[in-house]
Amino acid sequence: MEYHKPQSFQEATEIASRNNGVTRFLAGGTDVLVQLRSDILTPDTLIDMKYISGVKDILENSDGWQIGVAVSGAEMSEHQKLSKEWPGVIEAMDLIGSTQVQGRATLTGNLCNGSPAADSVPSLIAAGAHVSITGPSGTRKIKVEDVPISPGKTCLRKGEVISAIHLPRRKHNQGDAYLRFIPRTEMDIAVVGCAVNLELHDEIITKARVSLGAVAPTALLLENAAQKIIGSKLDNQALKLLSEEASKACNPINDKRGTIEFRTHVAGVLAKRTAKIAYERAKENR
Amino acid sequence: MSKIHVNTTINGDHLEFLCDPRETLLDALRDRLNLTGAKEGCGTGDCGACSVTLDNRLVCSCLVLGAEADGKSIGTVEGISKGEELHPLQQKFIEHAALQCGICTPGILVATKALLEKNPDPTETEVRYWLAGNLCRCTGYDKIIKAVMDTARDLREAS
Amino acid sequence: MALDNQKNRDFKIVGTRPDRPDGIDKVTGRAKFGADAYAPGMLHAAILRSPHAHAKILKIDTEKAEKLAGVKAVVTRKDFSKMVTGENWNVLENVMAGDVALYDGHAIAAIAATSTLIARDAIKLIQVEYEVLPHVTDVDQAMKKNAPVIRVGAADSSVPKGLHPNIVRYHESGHGDLKNGFDAADLILEDTFKTEATHQGYIEPHACLAQLGGDGKGELWCCTQGHFHVQKTCAALLDLETSALRVTASEIGGGFGGKTAIFIEPVALALSRKTNRPVKLVMSRSEVFRATGPTSSTSMDIKIGMKKDGTITAGSGIFRLQGGAFPGAPMEFTAMCAFAPYNLENVKQIGYDVLSNRPKQAAYRAPGSPMAAFAVESVIDELCNKLELDPIEVRLKNASKQGTKASFGPTWDRIGLVECLEAAQKHPHYSAPIKKGQGRGISSGFWFNHGGETAVTLALSEDGTAALSVGTPDIGGSRASMCQMAAEELGISYDKVRTTIADTATLGYNEVSHGSRVTYASGLATIKAARDAVKKLCARAAKKWDIDEEAVIWEDGFAKPSGPNAGNFDPIPLAQLTKSMGKTGGPIVGHFEATPEGAGVSFATHLVDAEVDQETGRAHVVRYTVIQDAGKAIHPSYVEGQYQGGAAQGIGWALNEEYIYGKDGRLQNSGFLDYRIPVASDLPMIDTVIIEVPNPGHPYGVRGVGETSICPPLAAIANAVSNAAGVRLKELPMSPVRILEAIKNKT
Repeated sequence: MEYHKPQSFQEATEIASRNNGVTRFLAGGTDVLVQLRSDILTPDTLIDMKYISGVKDILENSDGWQIGVAVSGAEMSEHQKLSKEWPGVIEAMDLIGSTQVQGRATLTGNLCNGSPAADSVPSLIAAGAHVSITGPSGTRKIKVEDVPISPGKTCLRKGEVISAIHLPRRKHNQGDAYLRFIPRTEMDIAVVGCAVNLELHDEIITKARVSLGAVAPTALLLENAAQKIIGSKLDNQALKLLSEEASKACNPINDKRGTIEFRTHVAGVLAKRTAKIAYERAKENR
Repeated sequence: MSKIHVNTTINGDHLEFLCDPRETLLDALRDRLNLTGAKEGCGTGDCGACSVTLDNRLVCSCLVLGAEADGKSIGTVEGISKGEELHPLQQKFIEHAALQCGICTPGILVATKALLEKNPDPTETEVRYWLAGNLCRCTGYDKIIKAVMDTARDLREAS
Repeated sequence: MALDNQKNRDFKIVGTRPDRPDGIDKVTGRAKFGADAYAPGMLHAAILRSPHAHAKILKIDTEKAEKLAGVKAVVTRKDFSKMVTGENWNVLENVMAGDVALYDGHAIAAIAATSTLIARDAIKLIQVEYEVLPHVTDVDQAMKKNAPVIRVGAADSSVPKGLHPNIVRYHESGHGDLKNGFDAADLILEDTFKTEATHQGYIEPHACLAQLGGDGKGELWCCTQGHFHVQKTCAALLDLETSALRVTASEIGGGFGGKTAIFIEPVALALSRKTNRPVKLVMSRSEVFRATGPTSSTSMDIKIGMKKDGTITAGSGIFRLQGGAFPGAPMEFTAMCAFAPYNLENVKQIGYDVLSNRPKQAAYRAPGSPMAAFAVESVIDELCNKLELDPIEVRLKNASKQGTKASFGPTWDRIGLVECLEAAQKHPHYSAPIKKGQGRGISSGFWFNHGGETAVTLALSEDGTAALSVGTPDIGGSRASMCQMAAEELGISYDKVRTTIADTATLGYNEVSHGSRVTYASGLATIKAARDAVKKLCARAAKKWDIDEEAVIWEDGFAKPSGPNAGNFDPIPLAQLTKSMGKTGGPIVGHFEATPEGAGVSFATHLVDAEVDQETGRAHVVRYTVIQDAGKAIHPSYVEGQYQGGAAQGIGWALNEEYIYGKDGRLQNSGFLDYRIPVASDLPMIDTVIIEVPNPGHPYGVRGVGETSICPPLAAIANAVSNAAGVRLKELPMSPVRILEAIKNKT
């Protein structure tokens, strides 16, 4: 395994473009090292992204937030303003692994590992996040939901690497939340993950984004479910419809963590519970 | 690839070692530097027995490459006591019988020291969630939590 | 009877909570566990393991692997003894496959190389030709007519004719007339219960460092619960003379029974012999799950009849256990423990030991007993619910007591079951109101405990301190208790005794640290060795005073004349006698060797409150109380620790832990991510009550405590969850998927 420490994104993409065999980018390492130790994957080329300037920064600008690719979950949680504006994204990231894992794991790494159950991805999708991708032919910006294409695979081409994650500017009367179902209280991979992002006007939902994780090959953006609660004050009928649409949208598998039936049912339960929290947060964020 | 030369600071001492790119920091600590306090319980970040601090951040050393320690400051269990003087946490663990076999103890001490330095007044729930990544199979965690809460109280009263 | 005839002895050290002697080593990282040993010139080993659940091994080609730079040796089955029989053959067949790979993870070959990375790379280069065979992993499936045969001719003479060859042992016990008993019942309940295999889950993987020369002499360092057993077994598997191999037990990072078995030590020794270099072998976590000794999985049919007034009129159980590809599933313990807490006129137990394509099972704290309790106590709970009777009253009404006949035959000596039940009844937990969404469960539990071969030496130093050598690895903090007992008998302070786990060359044979025997048997031996030393000390004083030895007594660390008639001499402290011992007759050493027979059984009662989320099926424990009979608690903190540890393991077993096999017979969850043991945020504080009903077989009344604590939890939690969910759960673990399904199917 060749280990590289590029000093710029350009250098990183050059190394990735010219090398054959398996290439992995290393940020927190909480997926790459696990796969290395478990004999799942030994990269031929390992490119450590932590020595590029700016990768550890959380920046606020007129478009919103820009999160560097080597910012750890712990650093995100400790950022007061980011936590206040995007509690759903922060709590999703915060749920990944243990305190020790939080000390290293990154939003970008969680996205790029491509697990259908990744906790941060539904919250990024619900937030309407974008990612910058830098490659041999320059930089492009795409919607975060377009990054994962199947379990373990992203849309990134050879030589390309994510260079930043972007969250929209937060306005008043907006709130987001993330819940996941796991059998223990911590340390499990999500059996179902649900993120909801709402905007209210006079307590009526005017905009909604609902996303589910771990119930399909990639995280889902539920347009029908969102429609069912727009125009409502999240009364019981709206919640019921939301729950049914959430269950309908599921396309899960039976595996050692949950059955199809179980995931489908719990997706409906979580959609209700998550929406309620997002709603309360949006109301408080006057 | 030939071995990587790493310069690092461990418990305040400057140390150097050579390691294979695939070696983890845990491997390097134990097999290159004879610091066997950190233990491999799983090698995949699920048990916390290998916990160390990296630039004051609590991490699993099995999830860090030896190469990544270059230029960094590492804290291990061996650095918690000062010569013969035990840290209050270590003393309380013994008093409260907060260890049975002791294999998880180094990791838990590193983790709880990091907790109390960040939050000197944690609730029982906060302690439990902070330690969720430190598995203990012997104690059921009861006496560990009590030792940590007792130490926190003592440290707060002393300051 | 071994119990001292000294009522109300005023113990000075026993019963207090001093700091454990190995505490500083363990909190500073100085303590040396299995993987913490290093030797100059050391090689590192890795094991190639079968990816098939059942396959003939046609060819093993190691040529490519041996060519890899840094590889020094390969071993396969040919490098081990061809003369072993009986259980040694079973162990060897498990340690290194012969002609057949019997389970996913079965060891096929091993390599020693100059680094762990090279060894791991090298095993991938070994080419094995397999002929995959049909496999079976489920215990009930393995007993069926067309089940794949694991081994022909493995059944012993106990097995009735006409059963499948996978059924290798059979047990039947009981007494009375079942038919009459059931006829007399007002309500009979009959049901089937299943539990999946679980793992002891010790955080320290197996590890050893072996040095074996071509002359057959060797040293072995390993984490084990029984280094004498390791010595004996490795010698047999490698055709060595037992005494030529010296084994030292490292500190052990958890055992719980799983490290009483031998998996990697013979392999490391064989590689060391071949390379003439020290070889270190450490298992990965995945290997620990795939290829060490999980528990049996079970399928159990229970039938119990009860009268309206709560009298149990009859009980019967059929217990089917698979123990992997080798005989040894502890079905007779399951059968014998099932009804042990109940005084029944009519009772019958049948047990089957079944082979399957799984790793060779090993003990996990009270092997077989927790599952039995789960089945029987669930039915008792259901009967109490239906007849609207108080669960503790019913258990008291039918309780086993001194003088009643046990379900498995013998008459009970002094036991503490009633005391545990009464303490539970009085405990604030039992009368606390049950919150909405929660349920309460209680359960009894029982374990035999064990004596076993024990040898101990107590050497006195010239400065009046004592060095105690025991042969039982310290798996729970027993060194503190040994120091306490020795100090108590010698009359010196606790910190003047140092206890060491001596190696196999230093003491007579010591049976493994299992059966909760250490505080009982090594403790008894320590007390006797101390009394032996005291006798010798008194003899020195007698000689000095020129009086009869019988006229000297020992009190609080001093030799004293027994009375005014003996003479008017100043008491002599121990340190003074030892200071001159070289000149007064030589070194003073106390010792004791025996196989003590009086291990006292231990009963427990657990109280659990659990909450179930009706929408997701998720259950968690909100309150837990352990009440258990310890006979005499030498160090109460470590007794409490055993109670809490066993309860925590029971919580994991009841709610989340299980071996998950795919259709291909491969283990799907060989890591702590998906083999889910309780984490700190999963558990409440675990309250403990130590009951002390002295064991007549120990000088202070000690009963083993390490195992009984895992006997009630499965049942107590199942009862709590079933009561919270409003439906009976009959399969473990009670995962959210299972609980939700049960709630949905509730009629």
